[in-house]
Amino acid sequence: MTQYLLSVHSVDGQAGEPMTGEQMRQSYQQVMALQAEMKSAGAWVFGGRLHEPGTATVVRMSGGEMLTTDGPFAESREHLGGFYIVAAEDLDAALGWASKTSAIIGAPIEVRPFQDEPGA
Amino acid sequence: MGGTGAAPRPGEAEVGRIFREESGRSVAALIRVFGDIDVAEDAVQEAFAIAASKWPGDGLPPNPGGWITTTARNRAIDRLRRESRGRELLSEVAVLSPGTSDPRIPEEAGPVEDDRLRLIFTCCHPALSTDAQVALTLRLLGGLSTGEVARSFLVTEQTMAVRLVRAKRKIKAARIPYRVPGDHELPGRLRPVLAVVYLIYTAGLASPAEPGLCPEAIRLARILAALMPDEPEVAGLLALLLLTESRRASRTRPDGSLVLLAEQDRRRWDRALIEEGQAIVRRCLHRNQPGAYQIQAAINAVHADAATAAQTDWPQIAALYDQLLTVAPTPVVALNRAIAIGEVQGPAAALTLADELDLDNYHLFHATRADLLHRLGRHSEATAAYQRAAGMAPTPAERDFLRLGGRASR
Repeated sequence: MTQYLLSVHSVDGQAGEPMTGEQMRQSYQQVMALQAEMKSAGAWVFGGRLHEPGTATVVRMSGGEMLTTDGPFAESREHLGGFYIVAAEDLDAALGWASKTSAIIGAPIEVRPFQDEPGA
Repeated sequence: MGGTGAAPRPGEAEVGRIFREESGRSVAALIRVFGDIDVAEDAVQEAFAIAASKWPGDGLPPNPGGWITTTARNRAIDRLRRESRGRELLSEVAVLSPGTSDPRIPEEAGPVEDDRLRLIFTCCHPALSTDAQVALTLRLLGGLSTGEVARSFLVTEQTMAVRLVRAKRKIKAARIPYRVPGDHELPGRLRPVLAVVYLIYTAGLASPAEPGLCPEAIRLARILAALMPDEPEVAGLLALLLLTESRRASRTRPDGSLVLLAEQDRRRWDRALIEEGQAIVRRCLHRNQPGAYQIQAAINAVHADAATAAQTDWPQIAALYDQLLTVAPTPVVALNRAIAIGEVQGPAAALTLADELDLDNYHLFHATRADLLHRLGRHSEATAAYQRAAGMAPTPAERDFLRLGGRASR
């Protein structure tokens, strides 16, 4: 099994119409159902939604000193909105989970393999 | 030519021919056994190097392809045993090929009928770019060298080497599967496979300097048709390529300039290819599951039926373009339909249809308009359209043809 990062990239200003309460409830239920499906298929490793990039902090070592900066690593209109990590037999299986997720959240998903196999 | 031994002694050209024919099969079989493209490629190269030095003296083995696959398998195992990473890979092989008696040694390395089919679906996986799909297919299934693949697509050998390495790395890292897709995913997965084979053929047509690409595409289409006899579009693609190929020799003059279909010497068309292509088209019609390749093949079959350009059954071709436009509603198809309708109803009707199309960046759009305007006697507009077309033509032969107002010098 290989682990894949399924990441959702949001673009500022492309959020579209805000969802109604009912739409949010429906979307939440669909996401929960998909996560349950991932778990029962043994594909689920981890996943979650992130707060907006303004809540990020970057730390870096500089001249032996730890520097902390407020805000995301890269100032950009595109940022990571959330992700899943799934374990899958091959790329086709990972793409299958990605298309299900994309269909629910209505956003493109990048699928990228992790280097190490679990336990290797 | 030694005539005394029982086995024929092949020359260099013959070994080269066998390499072209057999290397794809051997590479595919070894990828299945070792689960690693580089290991398979290197081992098959090595086996052919041995063959090139052995066969001219010893004669051909009874089954050259089987000999290559077995020799390559043994070489790969020897090499992998010497390397620690290789030993890991060999133990993984046990997982990949269950059913071998000694898990460390993959015994069964003979080709399985659909190994090459698995490989072409891997090479043409939709997660790879079209450029990468074409390059991998020519390299792994066609046995072309990196340099040959590079020359076919007018890029430097280094660019092509980087493209191939990157694509193979992605296959391995992302675990692009090595298998024939199941029925439910087959239509979507077959599309890029057929597109790649078609692209290889048209690249051969566009670059007379690499004439090997056209027969290579036909060879690939034949393999696909033999391995997927129930897929009508696979048959359609093969028929389309055979019928196009039947005219290849007559579509250019010795100086490389193009000859219009209507002006080609039809006695030079290859009758054997036409008959084979038309027989496939008839089977497709009988099966009645039309698709874009089958309809294009049928259009070519109608052209092939006409002993002279004037005898062409244009109403039939126009009807086929109507059908093609419903399955492949693209502006280029609409343009070709307009041309066919023009042959039935006259250039004014065709020009009206063409002018509705958004194809301003397509050289053949301007070339078509130029021809129609010329036939309508609107000569200055025709000249301007020819100039625009020539400025956009992708190959020198097409550019020269259009500069001359679509009438090459004879």
